Amino acid sequence: MSPETTIVAALVTPLIGAVGIALTGRLPNLRESVTLVTAGVLAVLVWSLVPQVMAGARPELLVTTMLGGLSIAFEIEPLGMLFGALAASLWIVNSIYSIGYMRGNDEKHQTRFYVCFAIAIFAALGVAFAGNLLTLFVFYEVLTISTYPLVSHKGDPATVRSARVYLGILLSTSIGLLLPAMIWTYAEAGTLDFTAGGILGDVAGPALGVLLGLYAFGIGKAALMPVHRWLPSAMVAPTPVSALLHAVAVVKAGVFTVLKVVVYVFGLDTLTEAGAQQWLVWVSGGTVVLASLIAMTKDNLKARLAYSTVSQLSYIVLGAALATASGVIGAAMHIATHAAGKITLFFCAGAIYTALHRTEVSELRGLGRTMPFTFAAFTVGAISIIGLPPFGGAWSKWFLTLGALEAGELFAVAVLMVSSLLNIVYLLQIPLLAFFRAPASGSVPEGVQEAPLPCLIAIGITSLLCVVLFFGADPLYELTRLLPSS
Amino acid sequence: MNLDAHLPILQIIVPLMTAPVVSLLRVPSLPWAAATVTSGLAFAVAVTLTGQVLAGGPMSYALGGWVPPYGIELYVDHFSALLLLIITGASTVALAFGKASLDQEVGHERAPMFYAAWLLVVAGLCGIVATGDAFNLFVFLEISSLATYVLIASAPDRRALMATFRYLILGTVGATFYLIGVGLIYMMTGTLNLADMTDRIAEVGELRPVLVAAGFITVGLALKAAMFPLHAWMPNAYTFAPHAATAFLAACSTKAAIYVLIRFDLTVFLPHLSDHAEQVSGFFIPLAVLAFLIGSAVAVFERNLKRMLGYSSVAQIGYILLGLALLSPLALTGAIVHLFNHALMKSALFMAVACLAFRAGSVQLPDLAGCGRAMPLTMGAFVLAGLSMIGVPLTAGFVSKWYLILACLEYGPLGYVLAGGILVSSLLAVAYVWKVVEAAYFQPRPEGARELREAPPAMLAVLWLVALGNVWFGIDTDLTLGLAEQAAATLLGDGS
Repeated sequence: MSPETTIVAALVTPLIGAVGIALTGRLPNLRESVTLVTAGVLAVLVWSLVPQVMAGARPELLVTTMLGGLSIAFEIEPLGMLFGALAASLWIVNSIYSIGYMRGNDEKHQTRFYVCFAIAIFAALGVAFAGNLLTLFVFYEVLTISTYPLVSHKGDPATVRSARVYLGILLSTSIGLLLPAMIWTYAEAGTLDFTAGGILGDVAGPALGVLLGLYAFGIGKAALMPVHRWLPSAMVAPTPVSALLHAVAVVKAGVFTVLKVVVYVFGLDTLTEAGAQQWLVWVSGGTVVLASLIAMTKDNLKARLAYSTVSQLSYIVLGAALATASGVIGAAMHIATHAAGKITLFFCAGAIYTALHRTEVSELRGLGRTMPFTFAAFTVGAISIIGLPPFGGAWSKWFLTLGALEAGELFAVAVLMVSSLLNIVYLLQIPLLAFFRAPASGSVPEGVQEAPLPCLIAIGITSLLCVVLFFGADPLYELTRLLPSS
Repeated sequence: MNLDAHLPILQIIVPLMTAPVVSLLRVPSLPWAAATVTSGLAFAVAVTLTGQVLAGGPMSYALGGWVPPYGIELYVDHFSALLLLIITGASTVALAFGKASLDQEVGHERAPMFYAAWLLVVAGLCGIVATGDAFNLFVFLEISSLATYVLIASAPDRRALMATFRYLILGTVGATFYLIGVGLIYMMTGTLNLADMTDRIAEVGELRPVLVAAGFITVGLALKAAMFPLHAWMPNAYTFAPHAATAFLAACSTKAAIYVLIRFDLTVFLPHLSDHAEQVSGFFIPLAVLAFLIGSAVAVFERNLKRMLGYSSVAQIGYILLGLALLSPLALTGAIVHLFNHALMKSALFMAVACLAFRAGSVQLPDLAGCGRAMPLTMGAFVLAGLSMIGVPLTAGFVSKWYLILACLEYGPLGYVLAGGILVSSLLAVAYVWKVVEAAYFQPRPEGARELREAPPAMLAVLWLVALGNVWFGIDTDLTLGLAEQAAATLLGDGS
């Protein structure tokens, strides 16, 4: 298959899957098979592009040209390859998990759930492979809208209210800030194509800073404070949604876009020469610490994980704001390593809910004996997020710190260190409570009581992935090293 | 005889002459069929005319063989060709779409008169944009207005009469203002031919009466165009007119007035009146901004779907007038292309509403709760056209907004504020479109509400044709932008 055909196939596969899922809605087993087969085919297609991209090829596909040189076009470069491969691969694991979770909790509207999920994956791939800002924007909006039914899945008034916050913030930031930023960019550069070295070389320093602000806050999915509120709101969704979308596809689409804009629209040199990114270091650094502090105050497990996500996303924005080679490599790697760690944590939270219907951290005391596998996996995910070996998170933090030192940003170094300490406090506290504290009397069931098997399989796979990303990080490093750093 | 040379007059007389015949047809459904075929024929003429203009440039036609400026001249250039496409296209799709809906609302008894009036509106509007004579234009303006009142008053709702009466009073004031302005110019120049007028004003020494004429003509036409704050007649007229007629009128009745406004201001006044550029910008920019901010804001709080879309039209007309007021090729291109794109999105939206009303018997939002499940195709088209109205990429609405915002950014510091205003208004559009989506998809049907099913296939087919047109013209912009760019260049070229 030629690369162009592969791109088309990769984009069309989830859509065909969505139709298949809708048609087989009456037969749950067949429907879930369709999801799994689609996810498998998609992963094969996307991964088949990896060797070419690593060899330096940049597969392109022009769909149509519109007014003034604008077009709908795809071009796969290392960063998009990384994000695309990540989303496609984790979709398989997440689908396995969803089967256990959705059935274990007797959720309603399961067909709608799987259909929207497939469309969301389609949109995430579109974001990953987009060859210009306009294409990216279109898929970014499709992603927002296709995930709304997933967030409001429960359908009760409180859920719908939260879902409205989700949609409101994401739509208004993208139309109110990102779209004008795009138009401004076009007015200055005459193009919206992603170009190595950027397209905004002629813009004066202060204007560059303002434009970067429009992008940083306009890309609401990156959850930079103060536009992070949608993420905790989105936690009303079923846990598989929180896991894949709010640890991987949606939020990563956000930080991916920030990174992509910094590297391919602004260009690292343009930014550093003008010093236009300096304020973003402060804001993202502030978000890292503040969100961690808020996470410590949350007793609800998913809310705590949500604020942890806000904090971790700003690592990536911080890496982009450092605008150094190592910073960008670290940020790109963190997209993958944080995904593996955070999806594990969410899977565990969902498993605890499915098995024991507990949602608060304080209710988890002494449950280590009851759900040993889940809490072991939780520990793995937590340590990976904290950034300690032998888990993947160590590498991304390594490069981020290196990038901060290269840029001479001692503030950023301090932020990374403080944040690691805070992570230890609010994440490791949970397995410690479960394993080493005596349970409140009579509240713990006898014997082992784990979540359904599909959930456990999924948790096992992602925990393993955290380890693999540490020992087998070389391909990831090679891929991210291909990003244009000057 | 070569028919091609006579196309400009055919454009007008085909519907004009068929109208009395239609009024005599007493067989049920025959008036509708005759009107639809005639309208289709007019559309075919418009398409052919556009082809000729694109190939060979503007066409001039001397009525009755009297040479202009003494006789009446018909003049079709790129700008008028685009408007002819809008008018005849909107009429044809609304007629093809609306049979069942109009049968329900107007009934067979009044149908002959109704469809005759419809054809007169088409003839009048085509006349307005095709004529090159200022007084002849007034005559066509009156033909189309009077016939429009009949269309609106044909609705079964008694409140339609009140809405018509209001429209009639204000419409007459507007037309009279226009006539006073034309009279003043005639007094100073002795000509009614628009092209001749442009030449002769240059020789007029005392320009004060011309300035007064500019004031009368601008305000009169602004009233006809429902420019904020002269829009009071419009939301109710749209709300109470028969649904299919709203789809037609919303797409093109105000557009013809805007067309005349643009043509007069840019070709007759702008080149000769000193400071007229400042006057145009100073007059229109604040009103345009208020129009799209207030229009959109009111739409957010409106619970009647048709009135909501009416206020949204107030806002969209604001965009168009802003494009005129910035007086740059880019902005004017945006304004002209938005004439077309707005017609496309609004006729799709009103058609979707007509489908809903056809089944639910109401256009109040609470009565339509939960309709998305029973009428997925109708609501799908509504959402698509709604996205176009918001200006989402890949839809027609994006193209015009893109041009308008680029033009704003080009305009200087004030332009940034204007661009901000457009974006705020777009966000408000998100809010009111979303309100409909939420009611349709995420609320249950109210207790005891009428059982719904999908609209008839004939209505859906046309609705989707237009809705997909929004996507088509959002991607393939050769025709619309080609005509608009050429029109803007000609209009401003004459001005400088």
